[in-house]
Amino acid sequence: MIVFIFYRLLQAIPVLLVVGLVAFAMFTYVGDPVAAMLGQDYTEARRIALVHKLGLDRPFYEQFAHYIWAALHGNFGFSYRLAEPVSSLFAQRLPATLELSFTATVFAVVLGVPMGVYAGIWRKSWVSRAFMLISLIGVSLPTFLIGVLLILVFSVQLGWLPSFGRGHVTQLGWWSTGFLTWSGIKALILPAITLGLFELTLIMRLVRAEMLEVLRTDYIKFARARGLRARSIHFSHALRNTLVPVITIIGLQLGGVIAYSLVTETVFQWPGMGLLFIQSVAVADIPVMSAYLLLVGVVFVVINLVVDLLYYAVDPRLRIDRKRHDG
Amino acid sequence: MPLLDVRDLTVEFPTRRGTLRALDGVSLALEPGEVLGVVGESGAGKSLTGTAIIGLLAPPGRIAGGQILLDGTRIDTLPEEAMRRLRGRRIGAIFQDPLTTLNPLLPIGRQLTETIRTHLSLSAAEARERAVHWLDEVGIPAASRRIDAYPHEFSGGQRQRVVIALALCAEPQVVIADEPTTALDVSVQAQIITLLKRLTREHGTAVMLITHDMGVIAETADRVAVMYAGRIAELGPVAEVVRQPAHPYTKGLMGSIPSLEHRVARLAQIDGAMPRLDAIPRGCAFHPRCPLAFDRCRTERPEMMPAGPTVAACWRTAAQPAQAMRAADA
Repeated sequence: MIVFIFYRLLQAIPVLLVVGLVAFAMFTYVGDPVAAMLGQDYTEARRIALVHKLGLDRPFYEQFAHYIWAALHGNFGFSYRLAEPVSSLFAQRLPATLELSFTATVFAVVLGVPMGVYAGIWRKSWVSRAFMLISLIGVSLPTFLIGVLLILVFSVQLGWLPSFGRGHVTQLGWWSTGFLTWSGIKALILPAITLGLFELTLIMRLVRAEMLEVLRTDYIKFARARGLRARSIHFSHALRNTLVPVITIIGLQLGGVIAYSLVTETVFQWPGMGLLFIQSVAVADIPVMSAYLLLVGVVFVVINLVVDLLYYAVDPRLRIDRKRHDG
Repeated sequence: MPLLDVRDLTVEFPTRRGTLRALDGVSLALEPGEVLGVVGESGAGKSLTGTAIIGLLAPPGRIAGGQILLDGTRIDTLPEEAMRRLRGRRIGAIFQDPLTTLNPLLPIGRQLTETIRTHLSLSAAEARERAVHWLDEVGIPAASRRIDAYPHEFSGGQRQRVVIALALCAEPQVVIADEPTTALDVSVQAQIITLLKRLTREHGTAVMLITHDMGVIAETADRVAVMYAGRIAELGPVAEVVRQPAHPYTKGLMGSIPSLEHRVARLAQIDGAMPRLDAIPRGCAFHPRCPLAFDRCRTERPEMMPAGPTVAACWRTAAQPAQAMRAADA
């Protein structure tokens, strides 16, 4: 198992290097920091001096190595726009996005899986049909519209929940959390639903389709023929056999939700990574953008590793193959 | 009183283009401890009979008529929960393909103990002990160590042994074995049949052995039911049905079995194919393929009638069996 993790981490290195290359290339091809720093009036000598000071006259691979080295030490440069280190900006923003993404995913899984199981078992019942109809709406309505509608109903008309921001947050070291105050939790509800709704419908439809498949198998028929209780057949026999594709999708979705919560964060003015990214793009704040790209790469690598480990936990057949390969 | 009594069982599948009658008036009985073979071509309704008995007909299939009695009590009308308690506990089932009948993600021990604890009030430790005992019974070597293994760690034959253990572990009175050896290597088939025979004899379990392999039936069963197009064509003690079949269809089936003792140039074959469910002919379902058919066979459906030592649904042989068989031989 440890060997497996080690190999996967080894495989992640080239992936991250390629992502790093793209992130690095942004500095060269998107905007010119030297021109921005010099302003309107400058002499050629001052320009050359600045280029030299910034190390931009050194060969490409040296610059790249320097960039990677700095990134490994958590140094991503300074934001042009906010004149703050990118790392400290991320430290402020990341907790907001991670809390939002995890809440959205938990919401999607906790509701989506049972709904999918139900719709798979009682496929012709009214409730199942209602689930499918709702999921169709969830898939087809764009996120910003759902967000705006939720704000309209729950913030404007009913006045139950705040329409923007994180509410009161508590600092735990550098991590700011909204889970510990009532206003923080209230602020989380609408954005989490908005962000998680698409995920929920996807998970529900996938679980349903997989359940329909699994319930037709011989081992489910045999389990029924042995008189096992329906709950055990549905959850411990059938659902378990649907998990591998479901885990894959949940993992990919979580990655997507962390990386691309731009729309939801914009609608709810959620002070997270997505909002930071959008604001940075607007003014071509290259250091922030490139670091963001790297971060997204790392997030996906980590999630994929976790997903692979979960496969092993779920499916014993994979464990055996690995043992044979190693031995 | 028979242990399992199926009376006039009719199973229908409503479809968009009318209702298909997949089983039509099937009657058979199983005495305690007896092995009843059920043979027939694919689609004759053998497996469906078994599935209907354990109450697992897949919708939209439904029992449209007749009764199923276990120990004198009707079970075809039981509510789902009562039927569930009965499955595994009083009627067990073994299916064809051991590679697909075990849940691949659960250790076999867990599947056994779950089945045992569903039906018997035993502690986890007692159930595990019993599971090891059953694995031992069905001939899994080093049972106490192998109990935590997963299905894919066993060979096909061993998996069918595990399936048998699973079917018998709550000690049902009847086991419906649906093609238990069809998916196995020929060399393993005999072992599995021997095992099944020994275990059911030791526990006094009655067996309904569904197969299209007459050889297995001849070796294992006490009585045999021959099915054709959702009906029973002939029913009788296995020796008599094999030696002097009364129904022309049975005779055709027997003629198609190769024998070691008698060399034949060419095995007999029944011309034509079994009718589709939506085109079952009037009268006797077999008449278009029957060499002995006459007017009455085309219009009037034969009921089961005594024909010498067996019971057959045939106008010819039931009326004058000896004469008809001579005619068929000619």
